[in-house]
Parts: sequence; C-alpha cells; structure tokens
Amino acid sequence: MAAVETTTDATPAIHETALGETGLPGELLPLHASGPRAFGWWGMAWLIGTEATLFALLIATYFYLRSQSGPAWPPDRIPDPELRLPLVMTVILWSSSIPVHLADQGIRAGDVGRLKAGLAAGFALGATFLVLTLAVEWPDAHDEFGPTTNAYGSLFFTITGFHAAHVLVGLLISLWVQVRVWQAAFDRSRHLSVQNFATYWHFVDIVWAFVLATVYLSPHL
Amino acid sequence: MATTVVSDAPPRPATTVERLEDDWAETPGLGSWVGTVDHKRIGLRYLYTGMAFFVAGGIESLLIRTQLAGPDLDVLGPEAYNQLFSMHGVTMMFLFAMPVLSGFGNFFVPLMVGARDMAFPRLNAFGYWVLLAAGIFLYSSFLVGRAPDAGWFNYVPLAGEAFTPDINIDFYAIGLIFLGISSTAGAINFIVTILKLRAPGMILNRIPVFVWGELAMALQIVFALPALTLASVLLELDRKFGFHFYDPGEGGDPVLWQHLFWIFGHPEVYIVALPGFGIASAIIPTWVRRPLVGYTYVVIGELAVALIGFGVWVHHMFTVGLPNIPVGFISLASFTVAIPSSIQVFAWLATLIAGRPILRTPLLFVLGFIFIFVVGGVTGVMFAAVPFDQAVHDSYFVVAHMHYVLVGSAVFPIFGALYHWGPKMTGRLLDERWGKVSFWLMFVGFNLAFFPQHLLGLFGMPRRVYSYDGDLGWDAYNLASSIGAFILALGILVTIANWFWAKARGEPAGNDPWRGETLEWYASSPPAPYNFVTVPTVRSREPMWDQPELAFGAQAPEDGGRPLTGGHLTLSTSMLDARPQAIVHMPHASIWPLLFSLALLALAYSVLLELWPLTAGAVVACGASVMGWFWPRGQTQET
Repeated sequence: MAAVETTTDATPAIHETALGETGLPGELLPLHASGPRAFGWWGMAWLIGTEATLFALLIATYFYLRSQSGPAWPPDRIPDPELRLPLVMTVILWSSSIPVHLADQGIRAGDVGRLKAGLAAGFALGATFLVLTLAVEWPDAHDEFGPTTNAYGSLFFTITGFHAAHVLVGLLISLWVQVRVWQAAFDRSRHLSVQNFATYWHFVDIVWAFVLATVYLSPHL
Repeated sequence: MATTVVSDAPPRPATTVERLEDDWAETPGLGSWVGTVDHKRIGLRYLYTGMAFFVAGGIESLLIRTQLAGPDLDVLGPEAYNQLFSMHGVTMMFLFAMPVLSGFGNFFVPLMVGARDMAFPRLNAFGYWVLLAAGIFLYSSFLVGRAPDAGWFNYVPLAGEAFTPDINIDFYAIGLIFLGISSTAGAINFIVTILKLRAPGMILNRIPVFVWGELAMALQIVFALPALTLASVLLELDRKFGFHFYDPGEGGDPVLWQHLFWIFGHPEVYIVALPGFGIASAIIPTWVRRPLVGYTYVVIGELAVALIGFGVWVHHMFTVGLPNIPVGFISLASFTVAIPSSIQVFAWLATLIAGRPILRTPLLFVLGFIFIFVVGGVTGVMFAAVPFDQAVHDSYFVVAHMHYVLVGSAVFPIFGALYHWGPKMTGRLLDERWGKVSFWLMFVGFNLAFFPQHLLGLFGMPRRVYSYDGDLGWDAYNLASSIGAFILALGILVTIANWFWAKARGEPAGNDPWRGETLEWYASSPPAPYNFVTVPTVRSREPMWDQPELAFGAQAPEDGGRPLTGGHLTLSTSMLDARPQAIVHMPHASIWPLLFSLALLALAYSVLLELWPLTAGAVVACGASVMGWFWPRGQTQET
C-alpha cells in the first residue's frame, strides 16, 4: 500500500508517520500505532491484569496459610529469612527499570543507540538478579528448608519461583527485542514491541515489591 | 493505494469488492485449513467442537440417568459412575458452554461491532487449537480408564495423592491449566476487539447488548481464571513433587482448595450465564420488533452481576464451618445478585409486552430460558439463606438448582441462537416446524428431568451416590427424571439434525431474513472473508433499523462507509467514542498457532506421565513455535 508523508508543520515526531487512505474522500490515518492506540498495547495491559491477579492470589495464599498456622512463623524452628542479599537483589532489579525506561524513551525520539544501550544494561541487571536468585539465594535458603519440608517451604519456593520465571520470560523477550533492534526493525513511529517489553518489565519489577514484602519482610513482623 | 477511479473504470462497488476479494480470500487447501485466522471459520470450529463435546457430556448424563432410573440398578459400577459424573460436569462447563459461547462471540462480535476480524487473529486460532488439544487430553483419560473422578470441583483431600494416587486427578488438573490458556487468550482478544475495533460512531451506549455480555464474560475470565489455574498448579506441585499446600499435617490446608476453586467457580457460573443473557437481549428486540426496554439498566445489570459474582464464592462453603461474620456478608452479597439479574428479566418482559412478539423458534427458546432461569433464580435466593443451604447441601436440590440456572441461561439461549443466527452462519434457514418440535421436547423433557430433583433433594437424596434403596419413596421421581432426560436428549437431537439438514438443503436465508437491528445483518449470509464491503459509520443503537443506507450491504463513502482496501486492514478506533485513530494491518493465515498448541499438548502429556526429557523437548518446541509465530515476514504488522 502506498504510504504518503504528511507535509503539515505539526509536531516533528508526526512528520515521519506513514499515513494511509481509508477510502473516505480525503481521510488519512496513521499506518503504525503505538501506546493505547495499538491493539498490542492493550493485549499486554490485559495480560498484566490477569498475571497480577495470579500473583495477588499467590500472596493471599501465603497469608491464608500463615493465618491457619500456629503462632510461630516461620514454623518448625526455621529462622526468619536473611535480608541482606534480598535487599541487594532488590536494588539490582529495580535499577534495571531505569535503562529499560530510557531505551523506551530513546526509540520514541528515534535514537536507536540509546535503545540498544538501555536494553543491554537492563538485560545485564535482570540477568544478575536471576543468577543471584538461583545460584546464591535459593541454595542459602535451602540449607534451612526445602519446598517439601512444610507449607512454609512450599510457599517460599513457589512464590519466588513464580517471580523468577517471570524475570526469565522478561529476559527472553528482551533478547528477542534486541535481535529485532539489530535487524533495524524499530524507529520513531514503529516500536510497539519495545514498549510492550518495557511495560512487562516494569510490571515484573513492581510485583517484586509485593514478593519482597510478603516472603522476606512479613515474617519479621 | 489508489482510491481514485479512472474515469471510464467500472463503478466503485464492483472495484471495491474485487480488491477486497484479492486482499482477504484464503486460497482453499490444507494450508489455509490448518492456518486460517478468519474469525468466522474459527467461530464455527468452536461451535462444532463445543457441540461435539455437548453430545459426549449428554451421553454421560444419559448413562447416569439410566443407572438411577430405578433402585439398586447395576448399569454402572461406583467407579465408572464417579468418572462419568465428574466428566459430565467438566465437559458441560469447560468443553461445551464456554467454547460454544466463545464460538458465537467469535463469529458475531466482530460483525456486530463492524470490524473485519478479531484484534489478534492468530491468537484466536491458537485459542481454538488449545481448546481442541485440551479436550482431547481430558477425554484421552477414558482410553486408559482413568478419567477424573472427584467431581468437577475436585475437592482435596479426596483429590490429593493420599486418596487418589492414580493419574485421574492429574488429567483434571493439567487439563484445566492447559484449557485456561485458551480461555484467557480468547478473553483478552474479546476485550481488545470490543474496546478498540468498533466501527466509527459506535460510542459506548450504541454497543449491542450481546457484545456487552461477551465483554462481561471476558472480564470475568481475565480476573477469575487465575484462581483455578493457581489451585491446579498448587495441586500438581503437591501431587507430583511432594509440596504441602493442601496437607494439614505439614501446615497446609484443604480449605485453601475450596477458596481458590470457588473464587473461580462462582464467577464461572456467570461466565456461562452472561453471554446467554446477551443472546436473549439480542434475540428479543428482533422478534418483538422494538428496541430493548431499559438498555442502560440491562447493561449495568450485566456488569453488576459480573462484579458481584466475585464476592459470593463462600456461599458454596456454608457447611465448612467458617466464622459467622464473613458468612453473613457473603450471604448478603448472594441475595444482592438477585437485583441486577431481575432488572434484566423485567427489561425482557417489558420489551415483550411493549412489542409485538412473533412466536417463532428463536423467541420460544428465549421464553423457555426466562421461565427456567427464573425458577433457578428463585432457588438461588433460597440458597443465599445460610440455614436453608446447610439443610439441603449436597442433596439433589443443589443438582436441580444448578441445572435450572445453567441449562436455563446457557443451553436454551444457545439453541435459540442456533435458529436466530444459524442462517447468518451457514446461509440457510433452519426448518421452523422441527424447530418448534425440538423446543417443546427440550422444554418438557428438561422440566420433567429436573423439577422432581428438587423434591428428591428435600426428601434427602444425596447427590453423587451411584445407587439407592427401593424403600425410600424415591423411585417414581427418579424414573420420571430419567424419562425427562431422554426426552430432552431427543429434542437436542432434533435441532442437531435440523442444523445439518438446513446446511445441506435449507432455504437460502438472504442477508437479513429476520430484519434484525444490529450490524451482523449488514453482512451477507454467510459473510464474505472481509465481512463488509465498507466498514460502516454507525449513527444509532439499532443501525439496521435507523440507517436505511445500510440495507444495501455496502454503505457508500458519502454516507460514511470506508472501503479500506489494499491489504488485510481494519480500523483502530478510540475506546469511548469510537473515533478512527489508525489503520491496522492484520496478520495472514499461519501454521504456528497450531504448532504451538501441539507443543503444549506434548508438554501436558509429558508432565502427566512424568517423562521429564520429553518435557524439556516440549518446552524447547514451545519456545521455537513462539519464535516462528513472531518471526517477521512481509505483510504482517510491524510492531
């Protein structure tokens, strides 16, 4: 389909947007949409809605089983969770949202360099978090208890495991988006995948706040 | 893209149709058959698959009723009986009602909102294939004689490893996790389609009520289904890996299953009912020849039922022994559901009274629905009273109530819709006389089958017991119920035969055989792959009645019709007031949704059978098919 360029002197960002004819005399509409104008943006929004419900129910499950348990929590003489490493991991994970956000902002301005750098930095921080979870935090916790020790152990490993799985999926999406960046797929008006990845990544970071509060902080109360 | 017509070229409509044929026609053949993303073909697949499972679930129920026709019969043993009633429930909820209602939604939501396809066509195809795979997965349990046997709500500890060590329950839990992927994908697709693909001018208060019903259903799926998925995942972690979520010996709690299940399970009742309400609201105006009375109240009623439905799950648990105060709140909320439900019933009755009813088959089924649903609603209000609930819990009174509500609000509207919308789907009219015969057989058979069960319940007959003694005074009621079940089945067979007869040699329907009010009648019967020659501009809640230019099937550009040729194109419009925002390239047919669902099927079997190397392979295959799916190629929308 023949795309035509606008020649109006509107805001510069719109200059490069390709327009197409709808068949109504004189009506031209953009051929590429991002943000809430794009179907994909809404698809991601509702996916996050259903995923957030899943995490909310997991956390409700934690407090429900705690409420049905005896006065000691964690039970069976398991010590309260160590906080030092989880807090370091928190800083690492949350700081990964900054480059991802900058990458998203970058491509909106057409800056592919910032996109590449931001995605790579976000990936490195996210991967560090995941490695710390699997290689340090879990083995440390596992010295005291495992997922089959009791319901507390099942909750601990299932909730952190669900979150880690989401980080892993986020990293895979990031890889995919980075491959597409190197194929020069994105520009000022076409970057919905970047936007959707950023939305998902921020969601995973926000969920961590609840996981941290539930699994690591609440037993100290 | 050139819309300028050379001066001596043929007139605009012919040109536009040819261009659209070029853009949208799927070349016949295996590739298009397995790869199609046409919402109408997918909708029909949902419908046929759902009806096939309806027949399977119906056969299960007839076996159950044969066993219960008299005291101490020996048609089925207790183990077979447990498997049959469990699979009957699972089938009717998950493999019949949801797919068939999604099928009508798939076929008609894009048509009724004036779009050329669903928002995510390949996700749509994927949802169907996953449903089919999950259905095959669940039913393959019969081949090894290990069908789920702990009821459709599958309570632990009975469903735990200690009491059901065999794989019956794993079929259930893995099957439902698997099926949840299909329902969630479908629900998100419906929501985005309804919010973003409406024809220009279809502002919120011009959306057809059926579409509102599908939207309410989809919203419930998005927020309710995670509870079922989570409950099933935790159950499999307990069963397969020795976790302790439901194990009271190690800090777990069996009541957790009940909470999670019913947080999903009560909304599930409305997931099945709300589209049925929507079908009734779509059929009534056409057949009484006037707009629905109280449109705004009906829509608010649908959404209110959907919302309150999340706050009543504990009324399935009144005998668990929970504290009094939450039970009181839930009881109150359960009474409250009656208000938005009755608003809808009164709106339908007012429309019937204010209009001129034409008593043909579609309207008969809707009248049958209203009668049956009101009876089920009245017993529903009785259940909201805690003491009454405790008295009849787990008796046949519950079975009677639940069938009145679900058969009333799903089966009767679905059958009405087959007669009302069948001509649009196949292009042929169903036979009217046999339609009436089918309705009366179903209506009489249904009431004969289920009304006596109210009494049996009050006499104390427990549900889910495979046999009973002859000296309890239950024989005549049970025999009547079994006879009713067979009459109901006969009525259903008449409509199925009618459908296939009509498909082969029914009278051609024409675009608008009933002079309907909404946009599905603007398309041809069956609709072309691109749905409409021009995407219409909507100026009324009943566009086909109020916009005479739509009657010709191609609103002219000067009236606001957009041909939108030059590719697989549809319009993105703003959420509230449906102003055109962008032109969107829709994807073409693709094999990847099918391959992805096959990889998921392999994953499901590998976990079921604990073949962990196969699991690893299946995960890789899933990843590969997702990559294949999103691999950029030619025409698809760049994102």
